[in-house]
Parts: sequence; structure tokens; C-alpha cells
Amino acid sequence: MLQRQFRGMSPMWREMEQLRREMDRLWGELAAPFEAPALRGYPAMNVWMNENGAVVTTELPGVLSDNLDINVADNTLTVSGSRKPEELEEGATYHRRERAYGTFTRSFQLPFKVDPQKVEASLNNGILTITLPRAEEDKPKKIAVRVS
Amino acid sequence: MAEETKELQMEQAKKQELLEGDAERTRSRLVFVPRVDIYEGNDAIVVLADMPGVAPEAVDITLESNVLNINGYVTPQYPEGYSLAWAEYRIGDYQRSFTLSEEIDQERIEATVKDGVLRLVLPKATPTTRKIAIKGA
Repeated sequence: MLQRQFRGMSPMWREMEQLRREMDRLWGELAAPFEAPALRGYPAMNVWMNENGAVVTTELPGVLSDNLDINVADNTLTVSGSRKPEELEEGATYHRRERAYGTFTRSFQLPFKVDPQKVEASLNNGILTITLPRAEEDKPKKIAVRVS
Repeated sequence: MAEETKELQMEQAKKQELLEGDAERTRSRLVFVPRVDIYEGNDAIVVLADMPGVAPEAVDITLESNVLNINGYVTPQYPEGYSLAWAEYRIGDYQRSFTLSEEIDQERIEATVKDGVLRLVLPKATPTTRKIAIKGA
């Protein structure tokens, strides 16, 4: 489909284009749960939240905890690490190589300030789970309404 | 080695969904095709498969008339009391099949799962036809 914008686009054509885009958006919304989510880098991250903080999970198969670095500064979480390639015996040859090796760095900005002292991380079956509690001073203050 | 300093690309984080064949699965859950490395050594074929979230006891491997089936089942663990705010990957089982051209000694197949990676060692069967050396006169 022609995506380029023409300078001299007729109003009718523009309207058609708008309608098409609107339809695409609607279809997109309907199909959204079945589509692959938007990726921003490696590794892919899922973020869970509640009023007290967030839990970030990522899939890191074959990454050892010794080769993993987790940093938290203010509201930014940075996960970096590496995956080492398998050491092959002499004379062995690859039939397939789909798994990548190397280094990675990924930062994620949270909508709140994290208490770095309370951050916990665990690596289980290749899934990294990081619990990021919200800093106490950053939490919303509840204001009680006094009844007079 | 250049390979070790290579940066892992976003492509690697993408999970390929398994296309349904003739036989449908009884469990309605997402199924992904795990990325694999397969290499052949002198006396075995080694399969490495990325299956994050699969526990060692949740792997099913069958070898029937040269078709190797790998199944990995994931028990999704969602953090309690939290709701999903941002999602980049989906959770599902893993399934992949290979046809092996080499004769495999089924009795000695070894499978281990560690850190979400399945390692399958398929020892080559010792050939029944022996090469006969001809003695020189």
C-alpha cells in the first residue's frame, strides 16, 4: 500500500485515508491480545505494578547470576549481563545455531522512585524477577478529612 | 573472540508462536517454538533449547521412529497483588520436533534442564556393520 503523503492530496482522498487509519486502529485494538507485544530491546520485560511498587520479570535463559548486573538509580532500573557460548568438543560441527550469545543492557524507567535498599532479585529457571518497592517518601500521602 | 562481545539483539527476545498442525492441543495455551542450537560431535548429537520458565520436571521428550519431540510446560507465575502494567513478552509452553538422520542409542539419551535451557545429549548408536580390516600379506 502506498504510504507516502502527497502534498496536493485532495480533501476526499484525505478523508478516505483517515477512515482507513481509523479502521486499522479499530482492527488493531481487536487483534491486540493475539498479537506479539511491542518490544523495545533485549531482554523483553514485563512490568507488574501496585501502589507499593513494581515487579519486573524478564526471560534470560542460560544467563548465570554471576554474569548478571542489576542497578537501580532513582526511578531507573538497568539490567545488564552476558551469555556465554557453549564450549564445543574438538571436531564438533553445528547443524543449527539460533541461540545468540553476547552481552546485553536494558534500562527501564519506572513511574516512581525506588527504594534501592529494598530491591530484591531472583533467577529461577531462566526467569529473572526483580521486586522494586516504591520509596517511602515518594508514596502518595493520604489526607484524612476531618468531620467537624 | 568477536562473538563473545557481540550484543544480543532485540530479535532474540522475540518468541515465535507455533503454528497449529493437524493435531490440535488439548490445552488452550500459547505454544512457542524454542530457539535451538544443534551440534554434532564424534559420538553424540547435542540439542540446546531455550525454554525460559520451564522447570526440570516439566519437560517431555520422546523419540519415535527418528522423530524427536520436545515439549516444555510452563507454570505461569504471576506476582500476587500486582497487575500487569507493561508487557513485552507472553508466556506459554514450548514445542518442537526434529527428524533425526542419524541412528540414536535411545537407551543412553540424557536430558538436563538448567536455567531455562534444555540440554539433550543423543548418543549415536554404534554401527552394527563393522568395517573389516584387510590384513596385508
